[in-house]
Amino acid sequence: MSIQREDVEKIARLAKLQINEEQLETVASELSNILGLVDQLQAVNTDNIEPMAHPTDAVQILRADQVTETNNREAFQKIAPATENGLYLVPKVIE
Amino acid sequence: MHNKTVAELSKGLAAGEYSSVELTQHFLTRIAEQDTTINSFITVCENEALSEAKAADEKISAGDATPWTGIPFAHKDIFCTQGVKTSCGSKMLDNFIPPYDATVTSNFKQQGAVCLGKTNMDEFAMGSSNESSYYGKVTNPWGENLVPGGSSGGSAAAVAARLTPAATATDTGGSIRQPSALCGVTGLKPTYGRVSRYGMIAFASSLDQGGPIARTAEDAAMMLNVMASYDKRDSTCIEREVPDYTSTLNNSIEGMNIGLPKEFFSDKLDAKMQQQVQNAVKEIEKLGANIKEISLPHTELSVPAYYIIAPAECSANLSRFDGVRYGHRCDNPKDLEDLYMRSRTEGFGDEVKRRILVGAYALSAGFYDAYYRKAQQVRRLIKNDFTSAFKDVDLIIGPTTPSPAFGFNSKGADPTAMYLEDIFTISTNLAGLPGMSIPGGMVNGLPVGLQLIGNYFDESRLLNVSHQFQKVTDWHNKTPTNCR
Amino acid sequence: MQWETVIGLEIHAQLTTQSKIFSGSSTTFGADANTQASAVDLAMPGTLPVPNEEAFRKAIMFGLAIDADINKRSVFDRKNYFYPDLPKGYQTTQLDHPIVGAGHVEIQLKDGSKKSIRIHHAHLEEDAGKSLHEDFHGMSGIDLNRAGTPLIEIVTEPDMNTAEEAVAFARKLHGLVSSIGICDGEMSQGSLRFDVNISIRPVGEEKLGTRTETKNLNSFRFMEKAIAHEVERQIELIEDGGEVKQETRLYDGDKDISRSMRSKEEANDYRYFPCPDLLPVVFDDSYIEAIRETLPELPDVKQARFIEQLGLSEYDAGILSAENTMANFFEATAKTCNDSKLAANWIMGELSARLNSEDKSISNIDLKAEQLGSLISRIKDGTVSSSGAKKVFDALWIGEDDNVDKIIEAKGLKQVSDTGALEAIVDEVLAGMTDQIEQYKSADDKKRKKLMGGFMGPLMKASKGQGNPKLFNQILAKKLNS
Repeated sequence: MSIQREDVEKIARLAKLQINEEQLETVASELSNILGLVDQLQAVNTDNIEPMAHPTDAVQILRADQVTETNNREAFQKIAPATENGLYLVPKVIE
Repeated sequence: MHNKTVAELSKGLAAGEYSSVELTQHFLTRIAEQDTTINSFITVCENEALSEAKAADEKISAGDATPWTGIPFAHKDIFCTQGVKTSCGSKMLDNFIPPYDATVTSNFKQQGAVCLGKTNMDEFAMGSSNESSYYGKVTNPWGENLVPGGSSGGSAAAVAARLTPAATATDTGGSIRQPSALCGVTGLKPTYGRVSRYGMIAFASSLDQGGPIARTAEDAAMMLNVMASYDKRDSTCIEREVPDYTSTLNNSIEGMNIGLPKEFFSDKLDAKMQQQVQNAVKEIEKLGANIKEISLPHTELSVPAYYIIAPAECSANLSRFDGVRYGHRCDNPKDLEDLYMRSRTEGFGDEVKRRILVGAYALSAGFYDAYYRKAQQVRRLIKNDFTSAFKDVDLIIGPTTPSPAFGFNSKGADPTAMYLEDIFTISTNLAGLPGMSIPGGMVNGLPVGLQLIGNYFDESRLLNVSHQFQKVTDWHNKTPTNCR
Repeated sequence: MQWETVIGLEIHAQLTTQSKIFSGSSTTFGADANTQASAVDLAMPGTLPVPNEEAFRKAIMFGLAIDADINKRSVFDRKNYFYPDLPKGYQTTQLDHPIVGAGHVEIQLKDGSKKSIRIHHAHLEEDAGKSLHEDFHGMSGIDLNRAGTPLIEIVTEPDMNTAEEAVAFARKLHGLVSSIGICDGEMSQGSLRFDVNISIRPVGEEKLGTRTETKNLNSFRFMEKAIAHEVERQIELIEDGGEVKQETRLYDGDKDISRSMRSKEEANDYRYFPCPDLLPVVFDDSYIEAIRETLPELPDVKQARFIEQLGLSEYDAGILSAENTMANFFEATAKTCNDSKLAANWIMGELSARLNSEDKSISNIDLKAEQLGSLISRIKDGTVSSSGAKKVFDALWIGEDDNVDKIIEAKGLKQVSDTGALEAIVDEVLAGMTDQIEQYKSADDKKRKKLMGGFMGPLMKASKGQGNPKLFNQILAKKLNS
């Protein structure tokens, strides 16, 4: 599977990463190499094999519905890049 | 003092041979003197460590001590430490001071252990050479031009160089075992779910597992006693009693059935390494174990399956780094898109970006079935290999890495060359099994890692066999050439 | 050309849990910004989600209430996109294995006809935070208090063909989720949000047209208007030779205009995959059956009971049973006055009108069912007239006093039912109305009935409105016909 520049541009947009014009070719070829390595998988017969998302067969343990958290806004916002009146600030969101 | 093991230091503290403050100061001085070349620490917590040591000394004299009270150790910089920068080796988190502790961090605090600092690592734990850290490469104490392995390269190098008696680490595809092998120390990746992942910054959630790096199996057992716990805050943590891992170290291994997977002794393994591993296996056989050949037929597929699953999970796990609530934010974003694009592009290094892109691609419309789903199916085949193997044997042994420590920049421009470094370690992560690397020989003056793979939650057996092996060999006591 | 409208709904209902779906933060509405956003809600590095059992319990209650299959094994997935109100950069939701499978809801239309609307599935997911656009020097402010509030997203099949059906369904669903207590139904606070998928096709055509999605309609009135508006827009577009684009639209109910949202989906590819931080959630039959035991009487069952046992009309029974608060109010009123029909009339009439005009709901008024019940009893026993009762109702409504009898007393609304006193008044009044009496006597039966009314006004006036009209009528008839 070889990856084209346009593919790189598209996934970079999805992943919110900038790839410069001059890096596009390199990244495309690196990704092609990785997917080349991965293409070995296609040769394996996996009919009727249930995909495995977790290493163990454990099931989820649910939490009781209790409020256990208290307001810690000051500590969290001390490490925030931009806040005002308790809000996180970002460039204007246009819907 | 720095040549003593944790077990020895614990006795020394209890006997009053030295205080925790003295011990801590000793290691802090060593770090100050020697880490300028090794670069195994990102942050040294001098003041915090000394005050923790002082508190520990008070506990010891009050008779309130646990085996860990007053013992210095280090955390991989992936474990959140309240009030202490936790960078994950990334520019993205260069300014990140978490207001909370990881569960592993609080476990050590409860024991009164003394955290010397945070160790260097590949950025977001992605790498096998520690060359991708924002804080610069780590030098292997066995050779100044050699990599320490990764991603827990800082932890392994610091332990090897006697800058800390032990260190925490994490392993997603070999990140504890491979650097342990390359630096000649003892490292254990526990069963998935044994150690809480809460507060351990995620790379690939279904593969990541925290574990110890120390000089001996006994010390690793002492570490695991603290690290392993059931944690309600981690849904993937398994509720299961934590045994005292030191209590079974001296069990006899006579009659134990040990399998050597033929796929681990293929042409991918350096010939001299092969010889060393075989010699180590003979030592274990002499201790009374039965050795037999087994097969793990899908081993070769572990690398490709891993390089879909891990990037896919990381592509989502790393979306939270967006410059909004913490971490790096670009200057003067002109709009929202610019904020995201520049913050992430500036904050992440090349390898991290590469994996995010691969992951996003593998999950994107039209490719999911061919890549992600396929990899998850192959993952099950790999797990099934182990399940059948463990019907016949109690333990699997092989090499940890294909070759000993390699030079900086030696893997060239193709990232996949580096990926093959993990060929023997990745399958245990995919299956969720515990794996361990212990020093098992030397090649060209460099340590060789012997890998032990156990059945689910059979860490005690791994530690037991390792300890018995270390009682009759002294590979683990070899001092690195550059260690003063 | 004749067009047929096809409508499907997606409904987001916030579940009334104390804590969030994946963290122990409070879900209380209206707290100071970000004071209910914990490390998990803020997606701090290394933090992990742990699901809230109550969210599952409530989702299962909903599934049982719509007669749906409950999936004993459900799985959380990650839906990836960047947005400032989505701290993790993905929403944790359920794609392939939702907790609630296919079910159905029956609606009733104004003409009395019924229709079954199929539910495709309902899944659990987390709500996002809020972006506030007041001016922070050209920036937006992000409040993550709402982030992680448990939602159940209910997805219907495209089974509705008119705005009336869609609104009837929405009302029915609103009543259902609030009756079983899984959602507070406060649409103005965003507790229940409706997205409407609309397409049109020529009548007789089977293939569905391209649909648009109109998001976040937060009142039934706006929903009705938005559908009418969108249907008209699509018809005009096609009849002018254009094409409907698949897009998300925002409707402004106050201005009755809609516009294309700068679609975040357009360029997006959500890259769903199973969330590796969460394990499959598994329930057994006994767990589900135990939840079934806790289900209150469902609105449909209640409606049938109101018709059969209380003798209400199907229409009245439908409205009074739709929501628990309303149904409880009605039943308590009926019990106090021992007259279901009168209670229904008062609630459907005076009370409903008042609720509508003041934009209130049963749950936030001062009037108690017991007060309305006593008032109705006083009408029945003749203590107060219907017109007097309305004055008592007004006083109760504004909380002037909480005792019906005291109000009647204080306002002098007590009817005179003493026959002797009433006869005296009748005699006095009739004495001054000889012409009218003549007219009455010479009229035929049919006309007499009409003329009788002409005496009532002066009688009521003479009794200062306190004479019992029923008794006046009887006395009057006796005197005039003698």
